[in-house]
Amino acid sequence: MRLDGWRLGTPALALLLALPVLIVTAFVFVPGGEVWRHLADTVLGEYLLHSLWLLLGVGAGVLLLGVPAAWLVVQTGFPARRVLEWALLLPMAVPAYILAYTWTGLADFAGPIQTALRDWFGWSYGDYWFPQLRSLPGAIVVLSLVLYPYVYLLTRAALLEQSHSLPEVARSLGAGPLGALRRVTLPLARPAIVTGLSLALMETLADYGTVQYFGVTTFTTGIFRTWFGLGDAAAAVQLAAVLVGAVLLLVLLERLSRRGARYHAAGRAQPAARRRLHGAAAVAATAFCALPVLLGFVIPAWQLVAWAIRERDSWVGADFLHLAGNTLLLALGVAVVTAALAMVLAYGQRLRPTRTVRSAVRLAALGYAVPGTVIAIGVLLPLGWLDNRIDGWMRTQFGFSSGLLLSGTLFAVGYACTVRFMAVALNTLEDGLGRVSPSMDQAARSLGRSPSGVVSAVHLPMLRASVVTALLLVFVDVMKELPATLILRPFNFNTLAVRTYELASDERLAQAAAPALCIVLTGLLPVLLLARTLRPARGGFRAAT
Amino acid sequence: MGNSTDFRLATAALAALLGLAGLAPLAAANEVNLYSSRQEALIKPLLDEFTKDTGIKVNVVSANAGALLQRLQSEGRNTPADVLLTVDAGNLAAAKNAGLLQALQSSVVTQAVPAQYRDAGGQWTGLSLRARPIFYALDRVRPAQLSTYAALTGAQWKGKLCLRSSDNIYNQSMVAAMIANEGAEKTENWARGLVANFARPPKGGDRDQIKAVAAGECDLAIANTYYYAEMLRSDDATEKEAAQKVGVFWPDQQGRGTHVNVSGAGIVANARNAANARRLIEYLVSAKAQAWYAENNQEYPVRAGVAMSATLQSLGQFKADPVPMEKLGEHNADAVKLMDRAGWR
Repeated sequence: MRLDGWRLGTPALALLLALPVLIVTAFVFVPGGEVWRHLADTVLGEYLLHSLWLLLGVGAGVLLLGVPAAWLVVQTGFPARRVLEWALLLPMAVPAYILAYTWTGLADFAGPIQTALRDWFGWSYGDYWFPQLRSLPGAIVVLSLVLYPYVYLLTRAALLEQSHSLPEVARSLGAGPLGALRRVTLPLARPAIVTGLSLALMETLADYGTVQYFGVTTFTTGIFRTWFGLGDAAAAVQLAAVLVGAVLLLVLLERLSRRGARYHAAGRAQPAARRRLHGAAAVAATAFCALPVLLGFVIPAWQLVAWAIRERDSWVGADFLHLAGNTLLLALGVAVVTAALAMVLAYGQRLRPTRTVRSAVRLAALGYAVPGTVIAIGVLLPLGWLDNRIDGWMRTQFGFSSGLLLSGTLFAVGYACTVRFMAVALNTLEDGLGRVSPSMDQAARSLGRSPSGVVSAVHLPMLRASVVTALLLVFVDVMKELPATLILRPFNFNTLAVRTYELASDERLAQAAAPALCIVLTGLLPVLLLARTLRPARGGFRAAT
Repeated sequence: MGNSTDFRLATAALAALLGLAGLAPLAAANEVNLYSSRQEALIKPLLDEFTKDTGIKVNVVSANAGALLQRLQSEGRNTPADVLLTVDAGNLAAAKNAGLLQALQSSVVTQAVPAQYRDAGGQWTGLSLRARPIFYALDRVRPAQLSTYAALTGAQWKGKLCLRSSDNIYNQSMVAAMIANEGAEKTENWARGLVANFARPPKGGDRDQIKAVAAGECDLAIANTYYYAEMLRSDDATEKEAAQKVGVFWPDQQGRGTHVNVSGAGIVANARNAANARRLIEYLVSAKAQAWYAENNQEYPVRAGVAMSATLQSLGQFKADPVPMEKLGEHNADAVKLMDRAGWR
């Protein structure tokens, strides 16, 4: 029998990428006992409840912000639409914890908003009600603002690629405009919406910075507390395993609810006339799309600038160019590798859709829901083991120490980031690939193209937007990434996120503003690029603008 | 078959991954490698001074203490690290118990640092001190109303206390010290009483608690001294104003004394540059370095007779709880569980 490269290679690669998560979940088999009983007796219920509320809240938040915004910018016309179309991506460049810190600075009792209110009305503490930002609802708002761009981006891409003839058919069959939206447009965009939603929810589960600062106890804060406070790594990792289990369940439920339905583009996307909005509707549309941009980017960025200017003395000696260089190097390297590997996995799955291949690929995408610190430990352990094995062997065989080959190198950092962000690239590419109907492959094959010819002549042009989206999403994510870089990096390797975190964690928020601003500015680059690349619809057609 | 394109793609990806691996650090001669849970930016000037004085280059990885311990463990005998530097005695004790440190064997250190702030087994030494006193609203609280940590559970403080989350290591150590001094049962009752007096659910950092007192959200807070000192010297007018509305009270001066904690360092068990590591630690307890800590990070020196910053002096003299630092590590897990049971989130 011929060796089937795809059938063996795809699961092998997937398992390599799932290794850190699998190692960590293997701790489930270490008897926990006493600490677990303690957790179950005291805080576990609360962790569960808070994580659940957070998921529900952020889920609703990103859908309510992302989907209508995408629909508005694609299918209607309103003032400032062309600016907002790309500006809606901007909050993606802001790390969630930075948004949490800046909004706290703004909306706190001593912050400018409440101070202005007090000066205005002559109130003092206790005279008035003001929403508590640092609370569960506050965390939901902050995470929704940072994460809705995933839903927006993917939904928008799906709507752009949708044939306009379908809703028109629905209309001609008697459906009203809302009926067509509900029964044709949204169901067709559903895989993309769900992909965006699942990315947002996984990131929510893995978030530590925001919930920790807001004093919301979740599974993730519980993992850290159990690990570093109770000193019980096994119980901490068992909590993480529960998290991974929950994500698997979510993924399964989604697959089940689709029940094997597939959504392929049946033909060319026909540019349709954009429906122009007038009067109150136009104003409402502009306001709706501008709100998340203002709250998630403009206002916090303005606050960061103000802080950075006030603390300009502390810039001296801060080597921002060097930090930005390291950050870019890491983000670019990981983005390219992750997108390439994700492509291999997505294709392996398309070409050999066996149960083994598909399950392995799903495992490879789990890293996104696992906190970076846990992934980092999952990378530390096997690399340390391997290095010391090789070293021991070299010593006994050749009397020569090879030392640590992989631990404490950029490879370790890159590996961890690839594992952590694989889901972003994989889901995006799968979503894109899913819209390429197999009948196109068959047509191309019957016209004499080889399988690789099909890839270059049919798939790549059709997937261009998905590939670019995957690259840029991973790029932005790596740039903001902190814990894995922090723990695994080589000596003297600093990034913008590391510098920001170090200052912020020492409660020097204002001094952290300058490096944070650098992250946001560096993040703008790919976001703008993303917006540019996505402007013309795929296949050479321009969406009507 | 025509899978070659895809294999080429896969091969290229693999090559890229391996390319990153080629950037492994190479061992150089005159250097010392530092794993630090103190932020690099906060100690860098001091390390630069060390390099200038001795010609020894210092390489740094900074990260969360627990993660660094895990890294040391997984790197085993091949670890490149020579020195572990971290805040909180609990972390140092954990490193010692995991067999990650070796004896310091430095008479310079034993002469400079009082025994209370060193490991009894000689494996680590404290480098700087921070105290965790009570902060009170100058306009609403008279110091005469305050006495001890224990008295904070009194009914007159109902809804008046601001404390940060028990996730925070400083609170964990404070409670661990109390367990060491008073026993677990008494401490748990105290924690329950404290929680009953909270003005709001715990949130934010130490500075946030002090700001909440200034704003009137609560009357009393517990926080580390250096945050308060930094606020007093802040460029931010609102932060400075907030600190000026708040006073420091040193609790338990008739009894055991105010809770203090250390930042400290030890030589890694498998250190390759152990001699340089010793020189670095000896440098960090030198009068010059100790004065730098006090002046720039607003921490108290561990070494006697070192000049403090004017800001620190303005906080006044106090008696510190003499509980041995390794006790804090010993009782840390008990402290966390106790706070879980008491509802201190």
